[in-house]
Amino acid sequence: MDIQFTEEQELLRSSVQRLLRDQYDFDARRKIVASEEGFSRKQWAAFAELGLLAAPFGEEVGGLGGGPLSTMIIMQEFGRHLVVEPFVETVVVAGGLIEQVGTDAQKQALIPDIAAGTKLWALAWTEKGSRFDLATVTTSARRDGNDYVLTGEKTAVLAAPWADHLIVSARTSGHRHDRGGVSLFVVDRRAANLDLQSFKTIDGRRAAELKLRGVRGQLLGREGEGVAALESCRDRAIGALCAEAVGAIGELNSATLEYSKTRKQFGTTIGSFQVLQHRMVDMFIAHQEALSLMQHLSLSLSGADAGVSRLASGAKSKIGYSGKFVADQAVQLHGGMGMTDELNVGHYFKRISSINIQFGDPAYHVLRFAQLEAAA
Amino acid sequence: MELALSPEDAAFRDEVRAFIKDNYPAEMRVPNPETDLSKEQMLLWHRILHKRGWIAPLWPKEYGGPGWSITRRFIFEQETTRAGTMPPLAFSVTMVGPVIYTFGSDAQKNKFLPRILSGEDWWCQGYSEPGSGSDLATVRTKAVRDGDHYIVNGHKTWTTLAQHADWIFCLVRTDPAAKPQSGISFLLIDMKSPGVTVRPIITIDGSHEVNDVFLENVRVPAENLIGEENKGWTYAKFLLGNERTSMAGIGRSTRYIERLKRIVKAEIPEDDPAHLEFIRDIARVELDVLALEATELRVVAQMARGIDPGPAASLFKIRGTEIFQDITELTHRAIGNYGLAIREHPVSANHFMPGPDYGHTASEKYLNSRKLSIYGGSNEIQRNIIAKAVLGL
Repeated sequence: MDIQFTEEQELLRSSVQRLLRDQYDFDARRKIVASEEGFSRKQWAAFAELGLLAAPFGEEVGGLGGGPLSTMIIMQEFGRHLVVEPFVETVVVAGGLIEQVGTDAQKQALIPDIAAGTKLWALAWTEKGSRFDLATVTTSARRDGNDYVLTGEKTAVLAAPWADHLIVSARTSGHRHDRGGVSLFVVDRRAANLDLQSFKTIDGRRAAELKLRGVRGQLLGREGEGVAALESCRDRAIGALCAEAVGAIGELNSATLEYSKTRKQFGTTIGSFQVLQHRMVDMFIAHQEALSLMQHLSLSLSGADAGVSRLASGAKSKIGYSGKFVADQAVQLHGGMGMTDELNVGHYFKRISSINIQFGDPAYHVLRFAQLEAAA
Repeated sequence: MELALSPEDAAFRDEVRAFIKDNYPAEMRVPNPETDLSKEQMLLWHRILHKRGWIAPLWPKEYGGPGWSITRRFIFEQETTRAGTMPPLAFSVTMVGPVIYTFGSDAQKNKFLPRILSGEDWWCQGYSEPGSGSDLATVRTKAVRDGDHYIVNGHKTWTTLAQHADWIFCLVRTDPAAKPQSGISFLLIDMKSPGVTVRPIITIDGSHEVNDVFLENVRVPAENLIGEENKGWTYAKFLLGNERTSMAGIGRSTRYIERLKRIVKAEIPEDDPAHLEFIRDIARVELDVLALEATELRVVAQMARGIDPGPAASLFKIRGTEIFQDITELTHRAIGNYGLAIREHPVSANHFMPGPDYGHTASEKYLNSRKLSIYGGSNEIQRNIIAKAVLGL
């Protein structure tokens, strides 16, 4: 089951590695996060230049046809470098949704701009009280000519302040928790009657609270079938986030191991203490298992296997708990230094904490994993 | 989860699956095969596999192995464990056999290997002593050369199924002056020799698996020495390496999880506040198995390409045993009040055992599986191995 990468995939990986090593070290990232916009358009253009933003899309829509495996390769490296630019939001989530349920006209109109790096996207699905349930939607949409008019509030929408376009879930029929009756809409982020309140996230990114007071939107996919589309979208997003987490876990393990071999206390390196050695072995095992599960999920996403959604929830949960364990221990073993903003360890900790919230936390997904079996 | 198989390997898998279905002895399907079967019953499947030429997957063809690729060995392991068959005695087939064909003399190979394959000889392992557990290099059982013989005196313990054994392979000290690892030899001893005494040790589950073995002035022909005198530690380590890779126990854990789910469904109503906790705990252990299985498949695929996992394989022993302990604990909790009861040993239909059949072995399995993190190199030793050999600590 070990993925033996094709020449193309190896090339993709080594070129992402080279780019990030040259341009995205921890200091460069710190400057990007501290900049006014909070992300780098120059980096985004470099990603486009390298073909990363086109990698997963099918060739028929102008992509490179790399699918979920290319996403995995890219996101693992992004995780190692704590890349803040909205690759998941723009390419995997929004681009993936357009490719999956958009009309031919929408695909032709929207995906080339994503692949070229000229347009950024965000997905607005969370609401107050929806927690991680895709079907809990009160934002409403009513038909008006060829368009729809959306009213409601969306909360904690990642990357919205950076986005040119949003995909918004809104109810065209049914009640608050109904699975049916939710539809997806493409909305211009600068549209009239759309208010954004931006805020910084714990992992150095930007998000926003949205108020829609009669915002015009264009239907994406079939009316009333948005939840099913969002579920597949979430599976792909989980594939990407798991790869990002695995990248971060690997870096935390290397940093901790390295530190334990140099840091001296009681006249010896702390890595000579058995209690810490065993802790680092458990961190090593957690990384190995997370890596295996990540590959298994990406292969299942590539093959569109039956049961992939259950597996996605399982992986999100298991890798989430593993990530939390490793991040906790990495901070602990770095002692006071692990608490500082100066060291990268705390920033990996915060990114893993964010990943564990995005699209549902480990507790939510472990129960979804259990329930989907009962349903099967 | 399945390995991507070539058509030939897929056909082989189907062949193995069908063979098990048609040939696995019904009388070996007892509530707890590890403790409920007689020696003769345990050997039934061994003999069937021998006849088919499948008894020793690890062995090279020249010594009677089937000559399988790594992938086929894995498929066989996967199919036999998934089907819940009783594996052939590891001490004979997986442990001492490879030591004999790797380090033994031609005479030893000719004498012992055919009898291991046929099941004629039953082997047990004389490693641990009262003073040598995880610190195996401190063995004190002494072998002193006396002409064509060694005179052996000592006390081996935790000797699994020694009560059935024809032979014991022992670590003995032949050079008391040397450093601990360098004065040890690897000696094969006939259990029928005068001076060998076996005393049962009953474990907390009430079963008799392990024993003390006392060796008092036992005369062992010098021709029963494996390899060179004082090189036994090398052979012992080689053997332990063979033991570790097969310890993920995915097939067994998967079967026990399915059983656990059925028990929870039958025993715990959905409005019981504990129900959700069980659902969550089962899902988490199921994901632990999935992650370990994915790791095993990744390593098998690597091995098929010639990449050896090396000491990282210790993680399979660590996680495989921890997972199985979790599952048996959950199962014991799931049967609720009947978790107070335990079957009496030796097992007999005449003993009263309360509660539904599916719960009858829950207590003993829960208790018995505490051993898993202790034996075969305790999990702490395995962590030491990874820390040193993989992490460079």
